[in-house]
Amino acid sequence: MSLDDVKTSNFKFVGTSPDRPDGVDKVTGRARFGADAQAPGMLYAAIVRSPHAHARILGIDSSKAEALKGVKAIVTRADFAEGLEGENWNILENVMAGDTALYDGHAVAAVAATSALIARDAVKLIEVDYEVLPHVTDVDEAMAPGAPIIRAGTADASVPEGMHPNVVRYHESGHGDVEAGFKEADLIVEDHFKTEATHQGYIEPHACLAQLGGDGKGELWCCTQGHWNVQKICAALLGLETSQLRVTASEIGGGFGGKTTVFIEPVALALSRKTSRPVKLVMSRSEVFRATGPTSSASMDIRIGMKKDGTITAAQGTFRLQGGAFPGAPMEFTAMCAFACYDLKHVQQIGYDVLANRPKQAAYRAPGSPMAAFAVESVIDELCNQLGLDPIDTRLKNAACEGTKASYGPRYPRIGLVETLEAAKAHPHYSAPLKPGQGRGISCGFWFNFGGETSVTLALSEDGTVQIAVGTPDIGGSRASMALMAAEELGIPYENIRCTIADTASLGYNEVSHGSRVTYASGLATIQAARDAKRKLCARAAAKWGIPEDAVKWEDGCALPAGPNAGKFPPMPIHEITAEMGATGGPISGHYEATPEGAGVSFATHIVDAEVDAETGKTSVSRYTVVQDAGKAIHPAYVEGQYQGGAAQGIGWALNEEYIYGADGRLQNSGFLDYRIPVASDLPMIDTVIVEVPNPGHPFGVRGVGETSICPPLAAIANAVSAAAGVRLRELPMSPPRILAALDAQADG
Amino acid sequence: MDYHTPSTINEAINLAANAPGSTRFLAGGTDVLVQLRADIFTPDTLIDVKHINGVHDITQNRDGSWRIGIAVTGAEMSEHPSLSEAWPGVVEAMDLVGSTQIQGRATLTGNLCNGSPAADSVPAMIAAGMTATITGPDGSRELAIENIPTGPGKTCLAKGEMITSLTIPARGRHGGDAYLRFIPRTEMDIAVVGVAVNLQLDGDEISQARVALGAVAPTALLVPEAANAIIGTTLDEAALEALANAASAACKPIDDKRGTIKFRTHVAGVLAKRVARLAYTRAKG
Repeated sequence: MSLDDVKTSNFKFVGTSPDRPDGVDKVTGRARFGADAQAPGMLYAAIVRSPHAHARILGIDSSKAEALKGVKAIVTRADFAEGLEGENWNILENVMAGDTALYDGHAVAAVAATSALIARDAVKLIEVDYEVLPHVTDVDEAMAPGAPIIRAGTADASVPEGMHPNVVRYHESGHGDVEAGFKEADLIVEDHFKTEATHQGYIEPHACLAQLGGDGKGELWCCTQGHWNVQKICAALLGLETSQLRVTASEIGGGFGGKTTVFIEPVALALSRKTSRPVKLVMSRSEVFRATGPTSSASMDIRIGMKKDGTITAAQGTFRLQGGAFPGAPMEFTAMCAFACYDLKHVQQIGYDVLANRPKQAAYRAPGSPMAAFAVESVIDELCNQLGLDPIDTRLKNAACEGTKASYGPRYPRIGLVETLEAAKAHPHYSAPLKPGQGRGISCGFWFNFGGETSVTLALSEDGTVQIAVGTPDIGGSRASMALMAAEELGIPYENIRCTIADTASLGYNEVSHGSRVTYASGLATIQAARDAKRKLCARAAAKWGIPEDAVKWEDGCALPAGPNAGKFPPMPIHEITAEMGATGGPISGHYEATPEGAGVSFATHIVDAEVDAETGKTSVSRYTVVQDAGKAIHPAYVEGQYQGGAAQGIGWALNEEYIYGADGRLQNSGFLDYRIPVASDLPMIDTVIVEVPNPGHPFGVRGVGETSICPPLAAIANAVSAAAGVRLRELPMSPPRILAALDAQADG
Repeated sequence: MDYHTPSTINEAINLAANAPGSTRFLAGGTDVLVQLRADIFTPDTLIDVKHINGVHDITQNRDGSWRIGIAVTGAEMSEHPSLSEAWPGVVEAMDLVGSTQIQGRATLTGNLCNGSPAADSVPAMIAAGMTATITGPDGSRELAIENIPTGPGKTCLAKGEMITSLTIPARGRHGGDAYLRFIPRTEMDIAVVGVAVNLQLDGDEISQARVALGAVAPTALLVPEAANAIIGTTLDEAALEALANAASAACKPIDDKRGTIKFRTHVAGVLAKRVARLAYTRAKG
């Protein structure tokens, strides 16, 4: 798309924050979430899960469960497709174990019964004979010689010879000659960092209602970030024709990447096929923690060289990520994002994807990037401390800008990192005096953002109101944003537009709502669909007036002659054209489908003040400011919500959230009591600054904003805590016992 | 599972004494129902005590002591002005349990009978010198709170016995109590360490004291050594240091997902000093 199409000013609707269209439904309970789906004759399902971290399944005896009154069917791996390969096989293996249970909570069998209680009782009656195998849950231990082999032969050709079989993928990227770069440095800091796995913590557990006949025709209602993807995977796992399975996405109670794949949907479909009845399956919170897709844990080594004036001469990072018992830990994203904020002559990054006896990781908000920023930005902070440099000036000195060759390869088009750093420096927070015991931390963060397959239809009603059908579930306010962009384009009120998430039978393929792509890609498609509709509206007016189509233009919701030579006709409002469209050529719709590739990368700078109680190691975050480039904020209140949400999740990840495994390889904290996400009173008011450096790849300049906001927090908080405590914290979470231990070690040393 | 709603103590005791299998008493249900739904414990018999006459009452006796009914909720205690004024430590400890919604259901007696070593109200009750009246088929007995829990999830109550009321002593003049817990967040959490201090002053000097610890041993602990460290002092720095050392020395914690042995032992001492200062300030008025 050329720059001529980009509108960056004089907006009428874009940039305002009207009421959200789903607000009343949600506060009155009218919104239908995954678990609200019902069907006549519905059965209830429950899943038998492995209590072992690693065990061979020697046999499954379901005779007692089958004898229980009300039990209608039991499924095991034998009830799914055979001969799958690649990621489909991995997903099936994760959804229902084959001959080996690979983690605590791994599904082994499932039952459908006439009530949820009977299903639960039946689960207890299914006897699974296990041979317990040695297990490993820590990423470094899983790579070490002698570690239990989780699945021999999984490694692909990228892995160097001599590595443990649990290392299944390898990545290397960068440019220049890092050793030459380190020789130019006045100071080199090298450190080791670890982060623990965290969960997205969405409030709505996975839920679905499945209906599948022996004829291979089915319907599925589920809570998901992408129902076309669910359709495609479920069809493969059950051996169906894709188009015969219609999938409808429910209202969604949070996803953050964790609902971009399937966990229970194929199981419910298999049970429905076996019973010829609709089957409902809802996860408990404990199942969500044990058997969905938390993020990877990471072990990282960073080495950065700097001159006395703050110039970075070379940067090197090694990133080891475990993503559970399956390939796919996003180590290449970790590697590629690690140094993406900086203009570096010499940079090298190496990634390892490592298997461990944990659940298969799923995406979590900028997957792989936050941990990279934690490690890299901590080392930059340390360099600034040791060289007596200002952390923002130093970052400005090295900041990537338009034309910079990114650490991961391409040259940047127009980007907004410098603008976020300058806005952070100018913000009153940065110059506010600190109280005794407080420390201040700075960090930058980066995320790619994404386009992906997108299809949108915009249909006009007789009264001139508009319905937009998009295929990207609304996880962050996108229905409001679509309506605003269509209102802007059509020149009609926001309230006259209703945006709906269409099912898989109603639109072409739509990529999952991930990669911060929705406001960008569905937004672009909505704008183009509106332009398509405008052309048709103008054509109807032209026909009525008897003038050429190109002699009609569209303004403020009306067709009107393009100039004085076109003739003298009063403006024809949209509702006049649509009122008679049946007789003037038929219904009017706009449509657009594409795979947009101009998603603009997004940068942020966060400022954090933290206080540490030196006697107990407890941290409180006293002030927080997010500065991020949105390209163009379509609905600023929602953009601020994304900024604050990323920071809030980052505070949890930095301070208290973690997957805790016992020596037996079982998850110790599969509930919100001991998996400690922040509660409201743990958070300060999170201040936001929206920087707008337009993305040339979007008609209004939009960049995705959902993910970048979780990239800087881990490092910004770690830098603040390290300053407050007077000791560098290199491992997350920075829980009170860990901070106290670091203070003790410093006092002893 | 059988569910009963007796209307008298005798009826409840008879049901409990004669019920086959396992029994649980139900008041607010904030532990019992959670354990039931999470498949942690399903009793054969559930006896709901909320319908017994008088169990919702908070009564001040002539001697200034208080009788707390077994179904009195945390919210009812917090909203009782003279109880909160007399025993802020006990009331605040109970108020730390759960959310606002939970406070409308959870009871002091339930928090005790659940047998959790980390129960917030129990150290405060022990420090306050509270007692429980226990009634069974063979009659009633009065026990100090510290003698009731016997281990995680366990109490000394025999089959057929139930707590029928709790008693808080008269506050007396120049007294103060306080409870603080350590949690990694600011609310909605389980104590990693809890410390309660109750003391009485004679002028500036502490004449009597009781110190109790929670979450650092299989049961909440009464620690006379910690009390002795501050009795006869004006809570000067040396006394506070001795208090912290005695509190830490009394800890017999475990390493678990909520904290390490080292952390709990250290923080018990830190909290003891903070709680003692607060109780002292309250006693001074």
